[in-house]
Amino acid sequence: MEVGNFFGAEDFVPVTQAHIMADTESLGPAGVKWLEGLAAAGQGQCKVRIPTITDPRGTDFAKAGLLKQLAWMLDLERRAIAAFVKLGVSMTDTCINYQTIQAPTRGEHVAFGDTGVVIYSNSVCGARSNFEGGPSALAAGLTGRTPRYGFHLDAQREATLRIRVHWTPRTLNDWGALGGVIGRLSGNYWAVPLVEGLEGAPGSDALKHFGAAMASFGSIALFHLAGITPEAARIEDVGGDRLPVAHHVSESDVKALQSSYASDDEIDVVVFSAPQLSLFELRDLAGLCDGRKFVRPMLAITSPQVKPDADRMGLTGRIEAAGGQVLSGMCFYQSYAREIAEANGWKRLATNSAKLVNILGGYGYVPMLASMQRCVEAAETGKLP
Amino acid sequence: MIELIARHAIGRPVRGSALVAHDGFSARYDLDRAAGKFSRPAHKLAGQSYVGKVLVLDTAKGGVASAWMLHEMASRQLVPLAIVLNSVNPILAQGASFGGLTMLAGFDGDVTARVPNGATVEIDPERRVLRVL
Repeated sequence: MEVGNFFGAEDFVPVTQAHIMADTESLGPAGVKWLEGLAAAGQGQCKVRIPTITDPRGTDFAKAGLLKQLAWMLDLERRAIAAFVKLGVSMTDTCINYQTIQAPTRGEHVAFGDTGVVIYSNSVCGARSNFEGGPSALAAGLTGRTPRYGFHLDAQREATLRIRVHWTPRTLNDWGALGGVIGRLSGNYWAVPLVEGLEGAPGSDALKHFGAAMASFGSIALFHLAGITPEAARIEDVGGDRLPVAHHVSESDVKALQSSYASDDEIDVVVFSAPQLSLFELRDLAGLCDGRKFVRPMLAITSPQVKPDADRMGLTGRIEAAGGQVLSGMCFYQSYAREIAEANGWKRLATNSAKLVNILGGYGYVPMLASMQRCVEAAETGKLP
Repeated sequence: MIELIARHAIGRPVRGSALVAHDGFSARYDLDRAAGKFSRPAHKLAGQSYVGKVLVLDTAKGGVASAWMLHEMASRQLVPLAIVLNSVNPILAQGASFGGLTMLAGFDGDVTARVPNGATVEIDPERRVLRVL
């Protein structure tokens, strides 16, 4: 109610799904205690009334020892999971639910957490959600509704700035970096960039990295790609014909963002995460790992839905034969990143995720952004080529 | 005395010292929450303590974690006194509500240019007013 009043919402909108970000590094003991209190309310009869799922947890219990996570972290995770289960929440532990659980449809009102989930659902699927933090997503799950403001409204979905791109990325790190550049140019949550000039139709993984980085660098919740995303078949459909081209983005802008993170050639750890990897990304990674022996830790993090397929198809085995590790149900930056860095002596980190490099500086890392191939080569030699 | 009117307000009246920068804010991206300091090297307030300060910044940045983190920070009394932004996103509004923080957002003009760093300020959320004393 308070947040709805803050943004001037006139009423509530019914929602069909909720997605809760609730790693215990964010909740802390106070948040877990609050969650347990809610789960115990009404003699345990307090339950979600719409499908309600979870974002990655703060660990993969099977690999917690490898990460050198401590017992208190795992205990806090177990308590949070128990509370969510009592509330009827489905523990999907994924930030790629639009690839693995159930993608929302055009016009469907939902209450999603994880900025990457929201921007993909709004932009690529045409669904309607604001950024819902854990408490408000849980409230939506319990009530089946959320305050009607922001991206639930037609007017908020019109483009607010028009950006012309003069280069189309090919690798996921380049897609992420382009998203980061556009996020920075766009500036704040209420901006809706209309991007034109891309060649062809990007795939789901490309748009996953593009959107996640845009949301991370700019707090953006919705973008339109002219002629590609569902609400912008024509630029006039989102009001783009009334906007001047505000920015031109070229390959050099994208490379400049990436090179701004290239501070060292020695690396301590390679991480593929944020967002969790799809089956296709793991397939590509397994192909790059074949015949190599790693001298640095290499972590590939996926969802609990993808991991069994990766195991069954032999992808996990090929990655781990090279010395890598496939983890599931967590995300690197949501898993006590500062503490595991100190415990493992990890500082210089290579990744192909633009979102991850944007986050990890504040956790004390020196993150570097490179293609999946260069990151794998770095795990093999200890140096980022 | 300067009086600035916000479009959005939440929380209780507070009075304190302003820590000002034309930069963004995310509890996960920007802070060492254990130490109570800005930790993101590129942040204009890197190394400075935010505890008990009225943060005056440009815009909400980053992900959804701040909605939980402000509550967690408040539970340890390592939290800003209030947050004042030119532009807010739902996450920081949700975080302020859940964490019991005072927040103002949305001004005519750049609030980071109107409030001197270190100034004593007073916030009255009911009237959506920030006063530079």
